[in-house]
Amino acid sequence: MALPESARPPQQSGALYRQTAMRRYLALAVLSALAALPLVLEALDQSFYISFVARVLIFALAATSLNFIVGFGGMVAFGHAAFFGAGAYTVAILMEAGVVSAFISWPLAVGVAALLSLGIGLASLRTRGVYFIMITLAFAQMIFYLFVSLKHWGGDDGLSLLSRSAFGGLDLKDDAVFYWLVLACLAAALFLLDRLAHARFGRVLQAIRENESRMEGLGYPVMRYKLLCFVIGAALAGLAGALLANHSQLASPNLLHWTQSGTLLVMVIVGGVGSLYGGVVGAVVLLLLEELLSGFTNHWHLVLGLILLVVVFRAPKGIAAYTHALFRRGQERE
Amino acid sequence: MTQLFLEQALNGLQFGLMLFLLAAGLTLVFGIMDMINLAHGSLYMVGAYLAATVAAVSGSFIVGVLAAVIGTAIIGALLEVTVLRRLYVRDHLSQVLATFALIMIANESVRLIWGDQAVMLNPPDALSGPLEIAGFSYPAFRLLIIGVGVAVALLLYLVVTRTKVGMWVRAGASNREMAEAMGINVKQLFTLVFAAGAGLCALAGAMLGPLLAVQVGMGESILILAFVVIVIGGIGSIRGALVGSLLVGIVDTMGRALLPWVLREFLPGPVAANLGPALAAISIYLLMAAILFWRPAGLFPARG
Amino acid sequence: MSEALLQIAGVSRSFGGVHALSDVSLDVVAGEVHALIGPNGAGKTTLIHQISGMQRPDAGKILFAGKDITRLSMHERVAAGIARSWQITNVFLRLSALDNVCLAVQGRQRDWGSSFRFWRPVDAERRIAEEAHSWLAEVGLAGREQVLAGSLAHGEQRQLELALALATGPSLLLLDEPMAGMGPEESTQVVELIEHLGRSVSILLVEHDMDAVFRLADRISVLVGGRLLCTGTPDEVRANPEVRSAYLGEVTNTP
Repeated sequence: MALPESARPPQQSGALYRQTAMRRYLALAVLSALAALPLVLEALDQSFYISFVARVLIFALAATSLNFIVGFGGMVAFGHAAFFGAGAYTVAILMEAGVVSAFISWPLAVGVAALLSLGIGLASLRTRGVYFIMITLAFAQMIFYLFVSLKHWGGDDGLSLLSRSAFGGLDLKDDAVFYWLVLACLAAALFLLDRLAHARFGRVLQAIRENESRMEGLGYPVMRYKLLCFVIGAALAGLAGALLANHSQLASPNLLHWTQSGTLLVMVIVGGVGSLYGGVVGAVVLLLLEELLSGFTNHWHLVLGLILLVVVFRAPKGIAAYTHALFRRGQERE
Repeated sequence: MTQLFLEQALNGLQFGLMLFLLAAGLTLVFGIMDMINLAHGSLYMVGAYLAATVAAVSGSFIVGVLAAVIGTAIIGALLEVTVLRRLYVRDHLSQVLATFALIMIANESVRLIWGDQAVMLNPPDALSGPLEIAGFSYPAFRLLIIGVGVAVALLLYLVVTRTKVGMWVRAGASNREMAEAMGINVKQLFTLVFAAGAGLCALAGAMLGPLLAVQVGMGESILILAFVVIVIGGIGSIRGALVGSLLVGIVDTMGRALLPWVLREFLPGPVAANLGPALAAISIYLLMAAILFWRPAGLFPARG
Repeated sequence: MSEALLQIAGVSRSFGGVHALSDVSLDVVAGEVHALIGPNGAGKTTLIHQISGMQRPDAGKILFAGKDITRLSMHERVAAGIARSWQITNVFLRLSALDNVCLAVQGRQRDWGSSFRFWRPVDAERRIAEEAHSWLAEVGLAGREQVLAGSLAHGEQRQLELALALATGPSLLLLDEPMAGMGPEESTQVVELIEHLGRSVSILLVEHDMDAVFRLADRISVLVGGRLLCTGTPDEVRANPEVRSAYLGEVTNTP
């Protein structure tokens, strides 16, 4: 069912990720504007929104981490909530045990998510296509039900944090300070992934996404690259989870629910699979829409659903360019 | 002890059979169209709501169930013709996005029509009490569910193995190009399969409605179980769906009932009290991971 | 006879009861061009799959440079020095020709080190690109570096395929119908390229073009119905009556 060669849009730039200087400057400009945002909002007496934008940026980080796995590694993972939630719960559980320092609990959140993904990845990467989607989903559900049934850690209600983590001299209770820290984390993650994508490792990943069997035939141990990609994405999701637990001062099983994985995936698809800023764009678009629509109607889910359907059918250009390869690879495996 | 064990085994069988109603349609859609349909659970929810409403208005449970099955099948067919049909040729990511959007739309539409509160669906009065057989008592309505489940499973088996339509479906599931080459009208077949799958969803929703709460979001939790079932059974295989359903239904139900009890024998009380439900909750996922580890394409792979 | 680089000993492989290969044994000597011929369905590609590691044999052993590689995975065999081309072009269609070959060059761990490197952009590693350029020139694709592989003509894709295999630095090259679908001019170019590679690389060549086979091969093995009919010099094979009846006759009838 693959499209005939002639039907594919010409892509003279090629499928490898290459950041242009132009886009780097644009990213820097956006970053500066975002850094100045709390000051602007305070001046406008709208500081309520600082917390909202911080939340958007945390989801942007989570979606970006998923996009690394889906868009660069070519693995359609449907269990990203597990790593997101694992990060949040790690911070919350440590907090309850009296560990307040972010310098201990955040790296541990990243570590726990990475370790979890190592196990899940080792078990899941043997399967392909739909089976991979389903098995990652199942593992995430396992984690979800585990936390729901562990009454000791809050069960259905989740685990609330008495305060935000202590971060050296920074006062994270100040929403603006917390916002800047979140922004710094997101910027650092994007910078890291940008380097990765251009370096040998990233090249290999993208080539595996394009043609896995050929990479094996060029002597690359494909599984190891995919596994590491999976772990890196999960680790960043763990960081996002740690931030979100601090933001809402709650680690809730909702973070682990499969619809959370679905939402993150939707963000990635809407924003652009395999584009570095796809996750950011998707998170911003989705959460802004949510915020705007919920101001108009209680039934904003209905409107959002319809908009997403329109995106799928009427505006596939934004999302289609990179998914084409995934799609065709999926067909070739049949 | 025997009473508990037998009761839980029957509960597991009953739940497994209902899962099969969901999984049968899902596995065919999955297998034939290579399509991820997250909105399958929404049809189950819609079916339950339709059944509850019609049963309340007409005063008859049976009328409610029939209306739900027919109504949902029509909704399913409309959905297939308007939206899903265009997704078959798209990649899995687009299918996830579109059907995720459908879940949102379905949930919110149900909320618009029926409100936030759970809706009551009562079993027929004649079946509301327990039935006693040789000193063993079991709710009559649950027996009915088992009866309906077995009947539908048999019917489905006969349709798939003995009729022309069934042959087309099997051909489509194992090799779509071949089916097209055989001159089967694949488009209409898909619509038919989808409508039938939707009807089965509604049947499950209507039968389980009196046991579980009829509420928004009921489709999402059972959807994942249905996915687990078809992955265990092998995507596209009806037989796999049946075996997978029964495995999942029985393991899940028995695990929840018996695991805490078994653990109490070996572990100190508080640990067992915490660990029991947790282990029971994840038992089917462990089962699935184990099966996929040994058989990456499920127990009964439909494709060679 | 000089030492065998590749030894295939009693390899069998069946698919669902069909014996694709039955007890096949043959050697490829260092430096030789060894052609593998046989009618369609004789098991030639299946044999290539067993050697490259795409599939594992049900029985038998494969030794490479004296080491048992029967259980090694494909990428381990490539690292050991076995490269292959595919019968159906298998390149990175959405990447430029240059990026294609860069990946192959970069994969040679013994020369370039691990690809688990996370910081330095590949585009800054000039020497990788330089080497890739020279491979493209070698196979006749100079000037086509920036063209997407998917936009190359069919014959050019075959040449690119060859460049990918060569750039992995193999001591044994498995070529599965390298000239399939090529025009006469391109075919000649590939034949010359293989001749030019000469003794530096051993080649196991599957090819239907008998002119090319008899021009290039030092030895020829004939596979029929999954069994090895014979191995010998081109003259011996040409003279073998069994081969004539089983295979060569068929070819002359259906060009």
